[in-house]
Amino acid sequence: MIRKILVANRGEIAARIIRTCNTMNIDTVAIYSEADREAAFVSMATEAFEIGPPRPQESYLHMDRIFEIANKSGADAIHPGYGFLSENPAFAQRCEEEGIVFIGPPSSMIALMGDKIAAREAMKDAGIPIIPGTTTALNNEKEAIQEAERIGYPLMVKAAAGGGGVGMEIVQTDEQLLKAIDTNQKRAESLFGDGTLFLEKHIEHAKHIEIQVVADTFGNVIHLFDRECSIQRRNQKVIEEAPSQVPEEVRLAMGEKSVEACKQLGYENVGTIEFLVDENNKFYFLEMNTRIQVEHPVTEEITGLDLIQMQINIAQGEKLPIVQEDVSIQGHAIEVRIYAENPETFFPSPGQITTCEFSSSEKVRLEMSVTEDSKVTPFYDPMIGKMIVKGSTRKEAISILREALSHSTIEGIQTNIPMLEKVLQQDAFIKGNITTKYIQEHIQS
Amino acid sequence: MSEVKASMAGSIWKIVVVEGDTVTAGQDVVVLESMKMEIPIAAEKDGVVKSIVKAEGEFVNEGDVLIIIE
Repeated sequence: MIRKILVANRGEIAARIIRTCNTMNIDTVAIYSEADREAAFVSMATEAFEIGPPRPQESYLHMDRIFEIANKSGADAIHPGYGFLSENPAFAQRCEEEGIVFIGPPSSMIALMGDKIAAREAMKDAGIPIIPGTTTALNNEKEAIQEAERIGYPLMVKAAAGGGGVGMEIVQTDEQLLKAIDTNQKRAESLFGDGTLFLEKHIEHAKHIEIQVVADTFGNVIHLFDRECSIQRRNQKVIEEAPSQVPEEVRLAMGEKSVEACKQLGYENVGTIEFLVDENNKFYFLEMNTRIQVEHPVTEEITGLDLIQMQINIAQGEKLPIVQEDVSIQGHAIEVRIYAENPETFFPSPGQITTCEFSSSEKVRLEMSVTEDSKVTPFYDPMIGKMIVKGSTRKEAISILREALSHSTIEGIQTNIPMLEKVLQQDAFIKGNITTKYIQEHIQS
Repeated sequence: MSEVKASMAGSIWKIVVVEGDTVTAGQDVVVLESMKMEIPIAAEKDGVVKSIVKAEGEFVNEGDVLIIIE
């Protein structure tokens, strides 16, 4: 049994994890950087330790310090949240070596899914359709052009070690291809320490749909349906909802294929298989996230399950208490991510918050990293919180969300709230005509 | 003389020029990193880089002078 969990993260997800631990009577250890001394999650934990200076490399990514605190505090498990060390196989492996439970899949699974080329091949073998593309790393310019001819433009240049939209570029011609290879190789090298690139056919007018899977350590796997996450800026999600508007037979086929693949791969804990769905409702594997997702609350809202609790129970060796037939969808949930940024250029807007007010209602769930008086520092992701609403229908959810956002005020910094309100008023969004190009086509043009 | 200033708080990810370089208005001279985003900072006027005030990796506040151009 897990008695004490160190939360190796910050902000709203650290608070979210601590909340579930409290309901399970599990003690919590927060770690925080100098920049987060006043953060809400710090005072929520049973114990809290300052870990280092603000920069992630010296704090939330500093493995030695984290294990020092884990050992000192007697934590028997670590929850990595999302981002930071959550998908770092070396971190999970070190937990395994130090005898601390890593709340997530085995390190080998994280390593497999972290290598985007290997992940494509593994998913293909496990029966999931993949986007046509190169099966090995690009070695030189000549090979890249040959591959481009074979697959056909438009193409997506991608970093094998990439994620979160970094190191990705769409190209239409040989000339653009060679230029993109040059710049993205350097970028991937400096950011991920690995400049390996590959090519995929670019699927136009696609939706980003993902399947939530849950797997225990006994080989039982279920899916918790799908999420629609097409509304993105800078390749990062902004609005997510569950379920998606994709036809039911397609959504269920994606769920079944995902479960089958996880069984074949021997996946454990929660995970998300991301797909692109084209205009003809054909779906293709995009990548797998081997951790809790930012947007997990929409799935919780429609299924009534607590995904963090499921993660902890699986990590302490419990069998899944439910089977696929036990899970059903009730209503429709939408999440908006609130970013500290200019709502038009999407440039970051760090600074001192002076006002932070939200309407509270039973239908509105807030997962916030900031409060009034919080200072938003430039060291971390610009997401400062999430608002999640649930309605009996999508239409009702949109109207609750519009109402809630209209009574939300954050002052002192710029936020994307005006942009969110604009999207929620647009016909295309209301009708569900959404693709990954939505913001470029309906907001930036 | 003109000063290139940080448009927001962040750390200096890259300095793309060295002292003595000729730069033109609009040319990116520094790349800041703020909230996991790379923010290019351009020279406002033509000139020659007289001095580089901040170093790569250094944290800067909004309005801090990064580079002086003559």
